[in-house]
Amino acid sequence: MKAKFLVPLALFLLLVGFLGFGLSLNPREVPSPLIDKPAPAFTLARLDQPAQTFALDEMRGQVWLLNVWASWCVACRQEHPVLVELARRGIVPIVGLNYKEVRGDGGLDARGMALDAETGLAIERARGWLRAHGDPYQLSVLDIDGRVGIDFGVYGVPETFLIDREGRIRYKHIGPVTPDNLQNVLIPKIEELKRAS
Amino acid sequence: MRADRPVFVRYLMAPLFAAWVAVMVPGALHAAVEPGTAVPLVADPALEAEVLELSHKLRCLVCQNQSIAESNAPLAIDLRNQVREQLAAGKGKDDVLEYLVDRYGDFVLYEPPFKATTFLLWGGPALLLFGGAGWLAFRLRRRAREAAAEPHLTDAERARAGALLAGATPAAADQSSAEEPRS
Repeated sequence: MKAKFLVPLALFLLLVGFLGFGLSLNPREVPSPLIDKPAPAFTLARLDQPAQTFALDEMRGQVWLLNVWASWCVACRQEHPVLVELARRGIVPIVGLNYKEVRGDGGLDARGMALDAETGLAIERARGWLRAHGDPYQLSVLDIDGRVGIDFGVYGVPETFLIDREGRIRYKHIGPVTPDNLQNVLIPKIEELKRAS
Repeated sequence: MRADRPVFVRYLMAPLFAAWVAVMVPGALHAAVEPGTAVPLVADPALEAEVLELSHKLRCLVCQNQSIAESNAPLAIDLRNQVREQLAAGKGKDDVLEYLVDRYGDFVLYEPPFKATTFLLWGGPALLLFGGAGWLAFRLRRRAREAAAEPHLTDAERARAGALLAGATPAAADQSSAEEPRS
């Protein structure tokens, strides 16, 4: 074996390869176990008509996006114009999941607040925010305590789920959707799901 | 000014201060709480102990190097409440863990489960240990074989070495070995 001295070098390069690959991964993006699984069912009060509820099943037969947002979420403001533009193009219906509007806000102390009062405040804040920044949502629902968020494995806002006609989650985007994400990832996936029927 | 004082004064002050703290602070605490009146902070300490035990096994997804027992991120608090609620409802510990793994994936567990994709993670150290031990044994045995196969010293060489060790000059040693025929 003439090239025996090269063995440590080869092992070293292999290690560098693995470490380099590891560096390219984003530890903040935890892969969701819910991909290709049925979206967790929920029934929540609507933001526009709080007396009425919206259930996940109502979207059956459509390809749609579930966008998790809150008025206190800074990154949501960043992605919002992208969603408004997407809604304007009418490619896909977007349902908003307003996540812990009041108790998620670090600047507020919601402990001891009655649920009715909290819901009222949440509606006021969320509607005000949509008036100020535009409303890309077909409708939004109120997840006051974040329970539905837990069912969807939400661990940060914003997150966006792509759900197919059968109500299965097909893709999860963590963090703000950028125009680049939208054009190169989301829209191709949406078109693909729309074609497959 | 402090710096003008002799150094030993500063060394003296620290233990004095520590002694003062040791005497005064427990006294102050005792004054606040009467002995024998300590009440548990939670209604059900046994449940809380289980919640804590499980919480230490679960990773906070927001601050990823903390368990949900340690973290005070809002999500960690929500998840602790979930754990508490489900345990209180009579669910087993494994059920609660499964509930969270179903939603957040294996990453939520501090101790990754043993399965095909984590085989190297769990088996890697053992593989390295036994692989290394096997390689070492192989090398040692080969070296022993090679040593056995190497030519031994002839009698003449042995005699010369003996002479050298006994203190003879190299030339004298050569002579003494030259007298004996090489085998």
